[in-house]
Amino acid sequence: MRAKLLSPKAFQIYGLALLVVLMVVAASQPWWARRYTEQWTTEFLYTLALAQAWNLLAGYGGLLSVGQQAFIGVGAYMVVALGLLAGWNPFLTIPVAGLVCVVLAIPMAALLFRLKGANFAVGTWVAAEVLRLLVSNIDAVNGGSGISITPTLIGMPIWWRMSETLWIALALGVGGMAMVYGLLRTRLGLALTAVRDSEPAAASLGVSVSRMKWAVYLVAALWAGMTGALIFITKLRVAPDAAFSIDWMTTTFFVTVIGGIGTVEGPLIGTAVFFALRALLADYGSWYLIALGLVAIIFMLFIPQGIAGVLKTLTGSNLFPTQRHAPKVAS
Amino acid sequence: MADWINTILQGILTGGLYALLAAGLSLAFGVMRVINIAHGDFAVLAGFIAIALNQWLGLTPVESLLVAMPLMAALGYVLQRFVLNRALGNDVMRPLMITFGFSIIIQNLLLQGFSADSRSLYAGSFSTASFQFGGQIAAGYLPLTMMLSAVVILAGLQQIFSRTMLGRAFRAASDDPEIVRLMGVDNRHVYGIAMGLALAMVAVAGVFLVMQTTVAPTDGPVHLLYAFESVIIGGLGSLWGTLLGGVILGVAQALGDKFDPGIGTLVGHLTFLFVLAVKPNGLFPKTKDR
Repeated sequence: MRAKLLSPKAFQIYGLALLVVLMVVAASQPWWARRYTEQWTTEFLYTLALAQAWNLLAGYGGLLSVGQQAFIGVGAYMVVALGLLAGWNPFLTIPVAGLVCVVLAIPMAALLFRLKGANFAVGTWVAAEVLRLLVSNIDAVNGGSGISITPTLIGMPIWWRMSETLWIALALGVGGMAMVYGLLRTRLGLALTAVRDSEPAAASLGVSVSRMKWAVYLVAALWAGMTGALIFITKLRVAPDAAFSIDWMTTTFFVTVIGGIGTVEGPLIGTAVFFALRALLADYGSWYLIALGLVAIIFMLFIPQGIAGVLKTLTGSNLFPTQRHAPKVAS
Repeated sequence: MADWINTILQGILTGGLYALLAAGLSLAFGVMRVINIAHGDFAVLAGFIAIALNQWLGLTPVESLLVAMPLMAALGYVLQRFVLNRALGNDVMRPLMITFGFSIIIQNLLLQGFSADSRSLYAGSFSTASFQFGGQIAAGYLPLTMMLSAVVILAGLQQIFSRTMLGRAFRAASDDPEIVRLMGVDNRHVYGIAMGLALAMVAVAGVFLVMQTTVAPTDGPVHLLYAFESVIIGGLGSLWGTLLGGVILGVAQALGDKFDPGIGTLVGHLTFLFVLAVKPNGLFPKTKDR
């Protein structure tokens, strides 16, 4: 047997301790960090939230959506509809945006679940485009040219606005991880993992594959909708092309694939790698994106289990163990 | 009245372009069970290659097409044989993500080489002249040529599938990649040829596209969606269904734009969703999706 770098237990303890420290560092930023740092952390956390929701959807539910920007966009436009037009506090629109996305996801799932595998993927993209084009034709929100949501934030001290944004991003990012982890340790999670590994086998053991997929699709819609609302509160301006952009998915895919799809810690590792690469290469414009594409292809070809998978073979354990062990039978 | 007939006719002929785009997507999906997310980007790439050949080397549009086609076919073979084949298997995610990577790379290479401007390939009076049917009903030579090419290419593809050894290998490799290898067929090579053929058809579509309208480097994805919708409306695995799917999509878009300029694309997408709702397997289903 291969020698492990760290014992599984030590790996988990060090890992979790590091995570707790990072969370405290992030949450306390309003009292010590510069605005730029705080914005950076917020962006890191909402990227993590999007990746975690897609990880649940594609990595565990086997639903390869290329169209989660549908919910990001609808979430963003709920800030416009409720915050700007109805006069709500923009932060209060976030949970409602999530719920609206869940309701919207029901007819979408009913239609799109008729398509399988790769066809489902492209179908979700069409659905997102339909929503983008519909919103582009609504005059009340300025159609395709977009609208500023700055009036909803007038009168709110900037310190308070930035702190609240950061904390909600923390709740969505780390909360997303906790949600996926918690879900996987329940019976539902066991069923989900079984569906991921083999649909026919799971079905033959009495798992309702279709109920699993519905559940996962609705939860992912909820998360993307809330995150979308938060993202566009930070951007101050909502336009259909930006809100329903496929670029959200490009980042999400990259982060999840590099980090390790179908693992709880994968999206976190992937987000860190993504932000490091961006800091190094963003000045190169198109070449930077070409490099991201190449890295993603190389991972898919040679390291499909991602960095989390590699770490697992090195240490023999996950940071967030979700596998179950058969009970020992006395001999 | 003639107005409406012209709109519908124009939509029908645009359907030829969509069917050309869709045939390549359908071929790759039928044989490899892979949806090439970069399909539309390959069409735009072929169009830009033709534009470059036309502007830099002074080739005519037809000559540009004759150069772009084998280039794209070779690219398709190489990418399938040396990249995508390594990710085959039951997991649809890996090939999907790899082709998504292709899409990002192609778009950004084109942006780097050609800037973000929209471009088109000037084909002289051929682009603008039209054939008069009488009674104010007319159709452009270019759209007519597109439709004719689509019919010829689809018929050729049909013949390849039903009558040649290659077609038999395609169908066999699609049905069971394991068994076909036992029969002495190298399925990796067969997949390479299928992707090469798919991209050769994409090249034709791409060159027609830049002759018909202006195209920007980032316009690929929307053409992937049109191709995909044509395939699903027609029914997976049915080539003539795909042509009809393209025509239905083209007519829906033309009528939408006639009603209110700018909503054509939306009406096209909604037509697709409607067909999905009432006939989930498309109008002429031949194979069942696994």
